[in-house]
Amino acid sequence: MIWNPNKECMSRDEMHALQSKRLQKLVTYVYHNVPFYRNKMQAMDISPDDIRSIDDIVKLPFTTKQDLRDNYPYGLQAAPASEIVRVHASSGTTGNPTIVGYTRKDLSVWSEVMARCLTAFGVTREDTFSVAYGYGLFTGGLGAHYGVENLGATVIPTSTGNTEKHIRLIRDLKISGIACTPSYALYLAETLEKMGLSKEDIGLRIGAFGAEPWTENMRKEIEERLGLKGFNIYGLSEIMGPGVSYECQEQNGSHINEDHFYPEIINPDTLEQLPRGTQGELVFTTLTKEGMPLLRYRTKDLCTLMEGECACGRTSVRMGRIMGRSDDMLIIRGINVFPSQVESVILEMPEFEPQYMLVVDRAGNLDTLQVQVEVRRDFFSDDIGSMLAMKKRLADKLKSVLSISADVKLMEPGSIERSQGKGKHVIDNRKLK
Amino acid sequence: MTIKQVSVFLENKTGRINEVTKTLSQHGINMQAFSMAETPDFGILRLIVSDVDKAVEILRSADFAVMLTDVILLHCPNKAGALGEILEQLAVADVAIEYMYAFAEGDMANIVVRPTDIARCEQALVGLEA
Repeated sequence: MIWNPNKECMSRDEMHALQSKRLQKLVTYVYHNVPFYRNKMQAMDISPDDIRSIDDIVKLPFTTKQDLRDNYPYGLQAAPASEIVRVHASSGTTGNPTIVGYTRKDLSVWSEVMARCLTAFGVTREDTFSVAYGYGLFTGGLGAHYGVENLGATVIPTSTGNTEKHIRLIRDLKISGIACTPSYALYLAETLEKMGLSKEDIGLRIGAFGAEPWTENMRKEIEERLGLKGFNIYGLSEIMGPGVSYECQEQNGSHINEDHFYPEIINPDTLEQLPRGTQGELVFTTLTKEGMPLLRYRTKDLCTLMEGECACGRTSVRMGRIMGRSDDMLIIRGINVFPSQVESVILEMPEFEPQYMLVVDRAGNLDTLQVQVEVRRDFFSDDIGSMLAMKKRLADKLKSVLSISADVKLMEPGSIERSQGKGKHVIDNRKLK
Repeated sequence: MTIKQVSVFLENKTGRINEVTKTLSQHGINMQAFSMAETPDFGILRLIVSDVDKAVEILRSADFAVMLTDVILLHCPNKAGALGEILEQLAVADVAIEYMYAFAEGDMANIVVRPTDIARCEQALVGLEA
């Protein structure tokens, strides 16, 4: 099913024209309402008149997370305070939080794009849908919530927290869909099993998973243990929140709602725009946003963009799986390491729980990487030799995937902290020194 | 005599063994023998307890990774050379030992043996166990 075929299946020419028109309007709007952008554009000697089509976007300045922090709290807001009806904020673990104000129209666009995503996943008015993203300043909870309501399904605003109660609700209210982080989906599966229940006791059919990078192996694991089909939903609070892009039933990349969010891939070093199919940093321009519109916002997410009509009938550009946020990328002994690579290896090995932690440190002048992983109860052996062999099997696989050696530490099942929101997979002690 | 030994997988972390013994004592389970095999990051705690089934149930519900292993429990006099005799007998019968632990109390010593081949070990020890 397609929620809005007019937009989701638009011809490429029509999309180009629509994006061009919207970009011109956006640039004029920010030029006159956001001093930050006006100053930047004047310094680059460009004016709104220089933007005649979407292809002129390369002339425009970039926006970074640092710009948002420097202009805390409302410096990048374009709409007057009287028009702002809601504010969300990012977690801000490393500085000022990012404050994003939404106008009434922004919220209506958000619930529109969320309804497109949910429809692509197969959610209908008949479904009862649990939103288990955190409700609050984080965009996940409320963003998904209004999307489900807009679509007309029944929304259960579970948020995070009491997982056993959540499972009882899933069973008793016949909840068929859930939105949460992949980390939380795993925790849900674990709790289900601990309660002596199985996927047959509940009727989950659809999972909308996002807010953190996850791997294909993680998808298989969650699908197997919860008995549902898992779909990727992508978004970021600076741009809107969840709903920027979504997988369809084909699951061959995530369709971008590009009538609202224009994507580019750039080389993060030279800032040059890269052709479709090339991997680089994903950049978004909010074509229709009123509250806090952003020009060429650098997401730090690394992926590729794909063109071409999808078998589902949608014509929009698709983005490949996020390789990792460039912020998540660790440089260990000069080698780039993504936690997702480690995840992929661990989830292929039945001996281990799908939980892990990378601990990076420095001994003398040498970086060290320890991978902590939990041994599954059924694979624990009284024989030290076979436990050490298990450890070596993982170390060998990690070495071949990462190209650097990691010290594997076998942990007791349940000992690595579970996350109800975004999973935490890295402790980098090098930064503290 | 072949008995069940309780093996517990433990992270090498201060206080972790204490948590196992505390859990058992809270449920009135007495430990008769106890050994720890260790590596730098994890260890395997091996226990001979009064009530095996109950111990396993309690430890599992406290989220420990637990398994049962067949071992042979022997008694011999607490005097020089007694253990040597037994080991001699096992060596002659070509019984390989993965690990063992022993402790003496009063006139007697108790020995827990984990052979690679339980049946072969039992065979080799016929006559000794009186």
